[in-house]
Amino acid sequence: MSDQEQEFDVSQSREIVTFRLSEQDFCIDIMNIREIRGWTQPTPLPHSPHYVRGLINLRGAVLPIMDLAERLGLPAREATARDVIIVAMVESQLIGLVVDGVSDILTVSQNDIQPTPTMGAESSQGYVEGIMSIDDRMIRILDLARIFPKALGEAA
Amino acid sequence: MDPMEEIKQMFFVECEELLEALQDGLEQLLEDPTEAETVATIFRAVHSMKGGAGAFGLEDLVGFAHNFETVLDALRSNRLEPTDEVLTELQRSADILNDLVYACKDGTDFDQSRSDAQIVKLQALLANEGPAEASADEPAPVAEPAEVEEAGEGSSFTNYLVKFKPHSGLYERGSDPALLIRDLCELAVEGQPADIECDISAIPEIEDIDPGQSFLSWEIRIKSEATEAGLAEVFEFVEGDCDLVISAANVLAEPETAETEAELEVDVPAPKPQAQADSTPAQVSDAPADAPTALADPEKPASATPAPAAAKKPAPKTEKAREPAKGGGNATVRVDLDRVDRLINLVGELVINQAMLSQSVVESGLANSTSIAVGLEEFKHLTREVQESVLAIRAQPVKSLFQRMSRIVREAADATGKKVNIVSDGEMTEVDKTVIERLADPLTHMIRNAVDHGLESPEKRTAAGKDEVGTVSLIAEHRSGRVLIEVSDDGAGINRERVFQIAVDKGLISPDAQLSNSEIDNLLFLPGFSTAEKVSDLSGRGVGMDVVKRSIASLGGRINISSNPGKGTIFSISLPLTLAILDGMIVSVGSETVVVPLSAILEMLKPEEAQIHPLGSGESVLQVRGEFVPTIDVAYQLGFGPKLENYNDRVILLIETSDGGQRALVVDSIQDQRQVVIKGLEENYGEVSGIAAATILGDGRIALILDPDAIVNDAQGGGPTHNSSFALAG
Amino acid sequence: MSLNILAVDDSKTMRDLLHAALAPQGFDVSLAEDGVHGLETLKEMTPPDVIITDINMPKLDGFGFIEGVREQQNYRGTPILVLTTESAPELKMRARDAGATGWIVKPFDKDKLIAAIRRVAN
Repeated sequence: MSDQEQEFDVSQSREIVTFRLSEQDFCIDIMNIREIRGWTQPTPLPHSPHYVRGLINLRGAVLPIMDLAERLGLPAREATARDVIIVAMVESQLIGLVVDGVSDILTVSQNDIQPTPTMGAESSQGYVEGIMSIDDRMIRILDLARIFPKALGEAA
Repeated sequence: MDPMEEIKQMFFVECEELLEALQDGLEQLLEDPTEAETVATIFRAVHSMKGGAGAFGLEDLVGFAHNFETVLDALRSNRLEPTDEVLTELQRSADILNDLVYACKDGTDFDQSRSDAQIVKLQALLANEGPAEASADEPAPVAEPAEVEEAGEGSSFTNYLVKFKPHSGLYERGSDPALLIRDLCELAVEGQPADIECDISAIPEIEDIDPGQSFLSWEIRIKSEATEAGLAEVFEFVEGDCDLVISAANVLAEPETAETEAELEVDVPAPKPQAQADSTPAQVSDAPADAPTALADPEKPASATPAPAAAKKPAPKTEKAREPAKGGGNATVRVDLDRVDRLINLVGELVINQAMLSQSVVESGLANSTSIAVGLEEFKHLTREVQESVLAIRAQPVKSLFQRMSRIVREAADATGKKVNIVSDGEMTEVDKTVIERLADPLTHMIRNAVDHGLESPEKRTAAGKDEVGTVSLIAEHRSGRVLIEVSDDGAGINRERVFQIAVDKGLISPDAQLSNSEIDNLLFLPGFSTAEKVSDLSGRGVGMDVVKRSIASLGGRINISSNPGKGTIFSISLPLTLAILDGMIVSVGSETVVVPLSAILEMLKPEEAQIHPLGSGESVLQVRGEFVPTIDVAYQLGFGPKLENYNDRVILLIETSDGGQRALVVDSIQDQRQVVIKGLEENYGEVSGIAAATILGDGRIALILDPDAIVNDAQGGGPTHNSSFALAG
Repeated sequence: MSLNILAVDDSKTMRDLLHAALAPQGFDVSLAEDGVHGLETLKEMTPPDVIITDINMPKLDGFGFIEGVREQQNYRGTPILVLTTESAPELKMRARDAGATGWIVKPFDKDKLIAAIRRVAN
């Protein structure tokens, strides 16, 4: 699909961070990511949605931790010490996303990205901004702003 | 930021100070309407705002300030009597000026009809006082540029003869004929420098020279595009200090002739038209022939003054004038609030870090006597001191808030037709800036209530043998580490029968409820309670005292009411000094650690089994001193653990709720009591029911700070259900 | 040419504006907040080539300040420009009687301000 001969247009390129969840490949635009850090046991938060793991201390800031797999409705996963937290800026809020581990950081061309195919079920299109194929893997680009709309807590 | 924009922002900051000074001045004026210094201060405040507003093109503000200032000027120069009417209008004008400034600052719309109507009133005050004073002093644009353009278009030149004879006053005021002549010469047509002749004939013999006198005069022939008025402009500053005659030269010579003439004379004066006609008489008499040419030392403009060395007077006594400045020198620095907040956050980090360090030292098993432990103790003290000092930066006197409230009282009095006097005390009491800001709404509501519902009409007051003018008081003071604010009125007090009846009618209490006076008074704070029979425009804005109570509680404060029939009502608000830290009880709840605000806790106890009585399905009450207090299993309520079978070995925190009732919070154990740094959840998450905020413990983990009232509400109303999954958008 | 200027005004905004207008011209601007402070500053600074002062100020107003300057031998000839929003003739007259050289009407235009300074100072 990607035209290898095509001149690489820097202005059209994006850097993405890829990771795996439940045998599926996902990625997030690096522009949204502030840092990636190791697992810290969060303090549970009452009355929160099921995918909210709790709060951790990020150098003095209170960072809510979300289980991305659970949020996406993927099969439940076991927490392991290899889990990492991707600290992402979503709509001016800083949140932490638990994932199994980060696979790679890639530079891709905008041209490589295809729109999400229309499926019968509603679920996928809501949070996948587009898809692309790299080395025979299909990578789903997540639209964090739709996955985690602003003002969680009671408003959620 | 654009430098002008930056200055503009600073201007608005200055305006806030000026508005405060204005308000202070007006209040002082009420006490002594004739105090000249007060009037002058008020005048300066308005004047400075007008000046700055003009610089930024804020026309509405300039216009209003101008009319305001004109009245103040009349007052200042005793052309206007400070009658009650005048003082009232000044106060109203100050209110409008305040609104105008904020409208300009925030870029919001301002109802022009308000300021226009007030301008009419201000002008009416002056109507008796001499004509057209009001509009005399709009800054007149200087006509110079327009004229030059006009002349430039036609390229028409005129030959002028300018006769200029300075008086001694010109030198005394620091003007320099050389500069004036230079300026004049710059108006000459290009390539045709002016012809300058200095007349030295008036210089007397050297022994007759009075160094203070002026002896020189000049005749300048100049060909210029400028008009006569344009040339005269150059001498604007020395008008009255010289003889000046500007005439279009009679010899309206042919252009060619004029040119040749000019060329011929080019060699004679200084090469540049900048003829340095130094006018020191002594020097001129030494070398009179040089006078029109460049002899002045340009480094010393001061040498142009007459009477150089004649030190007639002793050194002036500026010392005397300096003295007041020393005492009044209250040096301040303006600092961006963001920087202060950053500092406060960092100090918060420091406190947490220090706690973490202490904990690791303890865990490492070092003896208390080691130098590490001693040093750490020192460090802890220093940290605490730094924290207190930093928090003090954010503290502000409540004065500005009280001034706003005085205004609310006036407006409310106007709207209800009641006569109200406002008394305030403790204006300099300092509170955190954010607390002050967030107090404005609840206080406004309480003040409106006091005037609208608290005070009686003048007729009723007279009938009750009271002064027809009611009084609303605002008092602030520090009391045991908190701030106490009291809003009171000398009205009729709470009509308890009516309050009780309303509460019954609205189904808030049962008709046979036995309530103490204080409990009845506190019914006012129940949601949905409003005593006004008709919704008045003033306080009936859909906000009840329950909202006031919640706002105060969200600041970590408490509000109490007490009333004396026929004498009045007092609302007392107790607030923390700062929102950044909180005195908390650190407790274990299930497997978690949470913080309960100390201010909510009445007492702690370990319950005997006999004190706990089951009530209904799974609920229970605690019997303490003859009263039955509902218990709340905090761990269960927060979802941190299963419902407890019994409360053996648990600890109970007896808390007071905002409706004056009590609850028994059941927790596992008490860990510690200490100050914690408050971290909001809103920034990155949102509100969480039952949780006020979070903090960071010594081990670096987050602990939640409970909101006791919300916990109680959740427990009673079943609370918000534990949020379950929701469908993804799309 | 660089001039030393002393500007006296009780309004911080006005001082900022004066500084913003004059400093880019290469002028060396000293600022003071009222007449008393102005006289103090005068003692401490390089003798100014021009003094600019407001009239309405606390502690010591512009008239008093000008008189205080003129009383000093060294500054008898220093040009003093008065900043005023009041173009009323009697104020100008009073300022002149006190010893002012000229005036600048607020809100001032930067070019006019500089022209006025150039007119009174070398």
